Amino acid sequence: MSTAVLPDQLVSGIPQATCDGIPTYWIDRGQIHATLRELIEDVPQPYKMLYDLTAIDERGRRHRDGQPASDFTVVYHLLSFERNAYIRLKVALEMGHLSLPTMTDLSPAANWYEREVFDMFGIVFEEHPHMERILMPRSWVGHPLRKDHPARATELGPFLLTDEKQDAEQEALRFRPEEWGMRRGREGTDFIFLNVGPQHPGTHGVLRIVLELDGEEILDAVPDIGFHHRGAEKMGERQTWHTYIPYTDRVDYLGGVMNNMAYLTGVEKLAGITVPPRGQTIRVMMCELFRIISHLVWYGTFAQDLGQMSPVFYMFNDREIAFGIVEAICGARMHPNWFRIGGVAQDLPAGWDKMFRDFLDYLPSKLDEYDRIVMRNKLFQARTKGVGGCTVEEAIQWGMTGPNLRAAGFGWDFRKKQPYSGYEQYEFDVPVGVNGDCYDRATVHVEEMRQSLRIIRQCVDNMPGGPCNAEHRLTTPPPKAQTMHDIETLIHHFLSVSWGPVIPPGEALAAIEATKGNNGYYLVSDGGNGSYRTRIRAPSFPHMQMLPKLCRGLMIPDLLAILGSLDYVLADIDR
Amino acid sequence: MSALYPLLIIAVVLGIVLNLAGGLIWVERRLLALWQDRYGPNRVGPFGLGQVVADSVKLFTKEDWIPPFADKPVFVLAPAVVVATSLLAFAVIPFAAGFVIADLSVGILFLLAASSLGVYSVVLAGWSSNNKYALLGGLRATAQMLSYEVFMGLSLMGVVIMAGSFRLGDIVEAQRHMWYVVPQFAGFVMFLIAGVAETRRLPFDLAESESELIAGFHSEYSGMKFGMFFVGEYIGVILISAMLTLCYFGGWLGPVLPGPVWFGLKTMAFICLFILFRAALPRPRFDQLMSWGWKVLLPLALLNLLVTGAAVLLLR
Repeated sequence: MSTAVLPDQLVSGIPQATCDGIPTYWIDRGQIHATLRELIEDVPQPYKMLYDLTAIDERGRRHRDGQPASDFTVVYHLLSFERNAYIRLKVALEMGHLSLPTMTDLSPAANWYEREVFDMFGIVFEEHPHMERILMPRSWVGHPLRKDHPARATELGPFLLTDEKQDAEQEALRFRPEEWGMRRGREGTDFIFLNVGPQHPGTHGVLRIVLELDGEEILDAVPDIGFHHRGAEKMGERQTWHTYIPYTDRVDYLGGVMNNMAYLTGVEKLAGITVPPRGQTIRVMMCELFRIISHLVWYGTFAQDLGQMSPVFYMFNDREIAFGIVEAICGARMHPNWFRIGGVAQDLPAGWDKMFRDFLDYLPSKLDEYDRIVMRNKLFQARTKGVGGCTVEEAIQWGMTGPNLRAAGFGWDFRKKQPYSGYEQYEFDVPVGVNGDCYDRATVHVEEMRQSLRIIRQCVDNMPGGPCNAEHRLTTPPPKAQTMHDIETLIHHFLSVSWGPVIPPGEALAAIEATKGNNGYYLVSDGGNGSYRTRIRAPSFPHMQMLPKLCRGLMIPDLLAILGSLDYVLADIDR
Repeated sequence: MSALYPLLIIAVVLGIVLNLAGGLIWVERRLLALWQDRYGPNRVGPFGLGQVVADSVKLFTKEDWIPPFADKPVFVLAPAVVVATSLLAFAVIPFAAGFVIADLSVGILFLLAASSLGVYSVVLAGWSSNNKYALLGGLRATAQMLSYEVFMGLSLMGVVIMAGSFRLGDIVEAQRHMWYVVPQFAGFVMFLIAGVAETRRLPFDLAESESELIAGFHSEYSGMKFGMFFVGEYIGVILISAMLTLCYFGGWLGPVLPGPVWFGLKTMAFICLFILFRAALPRPRFDQLMSWGWKVLLPLALLNLLVTGAAVLLLR
């Protein structure tokens, strides 16, 4: 993490110390817009990317020493690429005055984030162009991430669907173009409104996109998300630190242990745990294997979106081989739930390296073959080149990260720039595109698989010895060697296993280069055995927000090409 | 007896074509599976052949549902059109010397006309379904038809010039010394492309394009009406394969084996090629198909016609 600290005269706020070392300031409600403008536009080496925007319900929090009084705190994370540094701004709001000026005029990416904060906390952003719910149904009562909102259906009382309620719900679903910011027609031409999804073969999940069409030309597109919302953040407040790990697997459900990595890096920052080299290397190896697994799914389904039937079968076969390795090591396949606080669940089984070496020898020739089948296919190129491109500037404004940002021509990889889990020790290249179009996104994805193979080979060749779990009292499950020697350790072990580890109070953001872009966990501990606030910054959310910009003026087939190339997962968008 | 002979041929042709079209369901699924590293239907009967029966029973017994918002008469008519027109075209296909229902002197023109009528079925189905996806599929079918139909006919004219006849029997007989695929290779490639577009199969299944338009023009169809589109598509594939065989690969001509067997083998080879296309290629956008059709293939077809004509005049 960078140490560049913002000069204090730029921000007139109260500093707060956090576990992650990100400069954090409490800004006055009246000053926030000016401060954001300053940071995004005016300061040297500006913080151009709105990395995340969320809120915390502070009403039940006990450990707030030195922080201003607040019922609800809105938290802005900005990222400066020139400085390679984040800055965190907080605004304290009181119950009864839950409103803030919008920052959509400063960053287009703020649109959905502000809507999400409104939806989840009931904080209104003044002059926002479309201050509506985004994840919950319009008819929902209450704001789910408030502490007084129930977390389980069993706390809600029995559900009854009366006729009146059913009519009201159906009426709420009626489509009125004006509510979506759409026109019905122009100069005697009526537009077609096409409902793509929530059930559609090309959307890869329950995603709805409303298209405003003139013939087949897309005039406007509005994604409607939230069908896959399961309240992953709310569950984070309900589970213990340890028992939340399996839930993270299901956020980017193609990324498997990659999600564990993002979450646990954050927890370990809070707890002050350093994972030993063997644990780090095992984690990197498994993460890169899952990057390949995720990219293979993307590869096949992208080709299928363009009408190519066969590649997806070949790639799923290869994925099956990779899953064989995952299964041998973790015991599960898609959702291994295998990393633990302070390390991994188990050491590697005997013969693990043979499986990896076979896979490393097998996949490269297959990737070459797929290049011939897919990437060099003239029809494929005709469908993807020059379609859905964006500039680096736009990508940053909209919060794009990962392969999609690199495809636009900006070689920013968090594994290189802000190494975690020992990534600085590996040799690998960061593939970069030129135009940011669908074809470039594809080339970057494909090349990343080869680079992941390189990293895995380095892990296999240089796997360190020693323990794979940290010698730390918060490591979970705790080391058992000493428990039979003295009663004190036995009691700690018993509590840690039965009740869960108690993480010291604090706040930390951990951001990693996940399969689809930057996946960040902003964790707030209030000194309990569970998180006080778990914020998941998922890469697919801003990518999907950018869709209308990418597909305006193109045709329906291009929309499918763009959707396919963006590489998103609905569970990652909705959480 | 002689009065019964045409009826006998009709019965045989109908039987062969309809059974083959049904059987192609199994052939296609097994071949696709072979090329995609999987098994395909292999449980019902030997080699999974019973799948054809199971699929037919399923299609026949499914609820025959007409959506209340559809234009009912047209909706019902559309699937019949595609089967009827495709079958009509088989009237002029000679399966062997003299084994033909109607030996028309303008056989090729009749073939082109009948098979082209099939597009009406797609457009009408798209229109009458009163569904936006179906409508877009129907519109695409129109655009697609406008782009391939022109060079489709023209690419065949090279063969007609060389054989000096529109009669399919004469064209086959004229290939006794050399199949037309050799002198007319450009024409063959163009007709093959147009043929795939005519059958609306991948890579030119724009009207259906599953990943974009759900099922395009037949989104609203179910039961045997959907089955008619299904069968109609396979009949179209058989028809185009038969045309390719007759016009470029010497029809029933071949050593040792009897004529109909050669004809069947060659046609089957082309059917497999169609399935291979589906397994291998992605789908272009319809504006791309249109611009290739008009800017590249149409000029090439005209050029092919001119060169063939000039060569034939010079050599005589």
